[in-house]
Amino acid sequence: MKHTLAVLVENKSGVLSRVASLFSRRGYNIDSLAVGVTEDSDISRITIVVHGDDHVLEQVTKQLNKLVDVIKVSDIGGEDTVERELVLIKVAANVDTRAEIIQIADIFRAKIVDVAPKSMIVEVTGDESKVQAIKKLLRQFGIKEMVRTGKIALIRSPKKD
Amino acid sequence: MTTGSAEKINGAKALIKCLEKEGVDILFGYPGGQIIPFYNELYDSNMRHILVRHEQAAAHAADGYARATGKIGVCVSTSGPGATNLVTGIATAYMDSVPIVALTGQVPTSMIGNDAFQEADITGITQPITKHNYLVQDAKELPRILKEAFHIAYTGRPGPVLIDLPKDIQNTEIDFYYPEKVEMRGYKPTYKGNIQQIKRAAEEILNSSMPVIYAGGGVISSNSSCELVELAETINAPVTTTLMGISSIPTDHPLYIGMLGMHGSKYANYAVQESDLIIAVGARFDDRVTGKLESFAPNARVIHIDVDPAEISKNVKVHIPIVGDAKQVLKSLNKYVKRCNSEAWIEKINKWKKEYPLTYKQMSPDGVMPQFVIEQISKVCNDAIIVTEVGQHQMWAAQYFNYRKPRTFITSGGLGTMGYGFPAAMGAKVGRPDKTVIDIAGDGSFQMNSQELATVVQNKIPVVVVILNNGYLGMVRQWQELFYERRYSCTFIKGSVDFVKLAEAYGALGLRAERPSEVGPAIEEAVRSGRPAVVDVIVECEANVYPMVPAGAAINEILDQVEH
Repeated sequence: MKHTLAVLVENKSGVLSRVASLFSRRGYNIDSLAVGVTEDSDISRITIVVHGDDHVLEQVTKQLNKLVDVIKVSDIGGEDTVERELVLIKVAANVDTRAEIIQIADIFRAKIVDVAPKSMIVEVTGDESKVQAIKKLLRQFGIKEMVRTGKIALIRSPKKD
Repeated sequence: MTTGSAEKINGAKALIKCLEKEGVDILFGYPGGQIIPFYNELYDSNMRHILVRHEQAAAHAADGYARATGKIGVCVSTSGPGATNLVTGIATAYMDSVPIVALTGQVPTSMIGNDAFQEADITGITQPITKHNYLVQDAKELPRILKEAFHIAYTGRPGPVLIDLPKDIQNTEIDFYYPEKVEMRGYKPTYKGNIQQIKRAAEEILNSSMPVIYAGGGVISSNSSCELVELAETINAPVTTTLMGISSIPTDHPLYIGMLGMHGSKYANYAVQESDLIIAVGARFDDRVTGKLESFAPNARVIHIDVDPAEISKNVKVHIPIVGDAKQVLKSLNKYVKRCNSEAWIEKINKWKKEYPLTYKQMSPDGVMPQFVIEQISKVCNDAIIVTEVGQHQMWAAQYFNYRKPRTFITSGGLGTMGYGFPAAMGAKVGRPDKTVIDIAGDGSFQMNSQELATVVQNKIPVVVVILNNGYLGMVRQWQELFYERRYSCTFIKGSVDFVKLAEAYGALGLRAERPSEVGPAIEEAVRSGRPAVVDVIVECEANVYPMVPAGAAINEILDQVEH
């Protein structure tokens, strides 16, 4: 089972390596990891997607909390969240297929950010399912390269006050 | 927040001042190129520095000092090889939750990452074996970092903290202020147990008729032996300890049932397996304790008191977790508990005690049984601090010495570091000069750090090393005998060195005992000499540690003798 952890850490050198090495040392698998500074420049937020059962998740959380530079760990998988990932896909394209690829990109509200004689780069932003869907459709043309930022997520605010 | 007015001093001097502010009066270390500025300032300080002969010994000595005194041990080394030599000692302290602070020199900040001479990424290397570590990148941060390091090492679940000190940082002038408080939003250990959980635990205890208290090293490090004994006596429950928990309750206490696990007593293992309630205090259900996890204490409910939340339900499912400092939790728990209905249970255990006592048989008429040596030490100096190396002698020391007070048994439990005992004994003796300190060693382990004979002689640290000399790397040989058809591959070390002459060469007292009647007098003479001493006791070469739970078996499948 996949879990999304939001980890607030001190924005200091070496912190990411502490978090990453903890995962490898304890044998936990990271699906994706995204890191960046928050509204407070002293704090960074690491969004980690990890898979494992509840026991593994509990251990991951506790071990993360033991790191002195970790301020807070929250499992936001079960919450109502906005989740996004940015993906760049370089897809093989020629005169015959270019139009169709543009059409697919339009449907997914993706952008064409580079066009070359034999390929084009599609920029997709969305959640996991959207990324999967467009990837599946573009595969028929031949995906030459793909790069993903890893998932980031925020919990939605309550709609009623 | 600051104390006093600012004064301009260099980083090295600031370090010395920080150490003094933390009450450090003893350092174990070894100088080198990148830590010279620190040593230069140390020259004018009143702190005592013990110059070891290998940095590993500095880390172990700081560790032994910390375990014997309950204070923080400090070790110092230079960059590169000096720092990497500390690694085994730091890992040892980490596994056994011992508060030490390691200071390492580092190449100047401008050269870090360039593979400079004697450069090693020691913060990277020690990341998984320290509670926290620092690479100081700005001299102004030094006081804060020192303050934090001591705080982190000592509080919560104690552990080693390393501070890497680039040479230019040591030379930079700063305005020195020492902070009074630490402010770390990511580090706030829990001390007080949740009161609802404590009440639930008390209820669970009352409903139990076959409880066992399982005490670990946390009882010793939190100084809660009195509270532990009070709990046991109030509820009338037997107490078993882990290797690390030995000495948390006097071994002659009627409720004490010995160590549990692989080389524990039979009755402790039987008791744990049959119990209906395990009250774990400052212990972590290590594999050497639980044996086969699936069949560990099948009928027991588990109360687990530990300062580290990550230990709860790590290996064994816990029914009532109580996160907090053992001393505070036990104090609070003792207010709520009542005597439980355990008479029949205690009777049963006492019957087991009589039926399956810890014993050994004489193997040859004139031979010295290693267990006998431990009994002799126990007789000759019953008030000693016992430090051990790792192997068979360690288990015999755990089984056959009569420990009366906490912090009198010091051993590398988690990492199992051969070569730990002698330097750790040195640290213990420096910290507790009033006590007799004996390193119970094997002929293999002792040779891993025997160079420290020079240190103890030079610094007049009268520790006594008793070598149970069987000419083998005994524990491995035992496994080879029992599980590898007596194929003694690379475990025969007889004739390594004449330990008596070795001791004498260093200027220490060297004695040898070859017959049972010589053992007691030799130990007595060594202790009475007031000098560093080595007693080489030639023991039966193929004696084994029993009882024994074979690896992977349940702990009640414990054997007096393994057939082969």
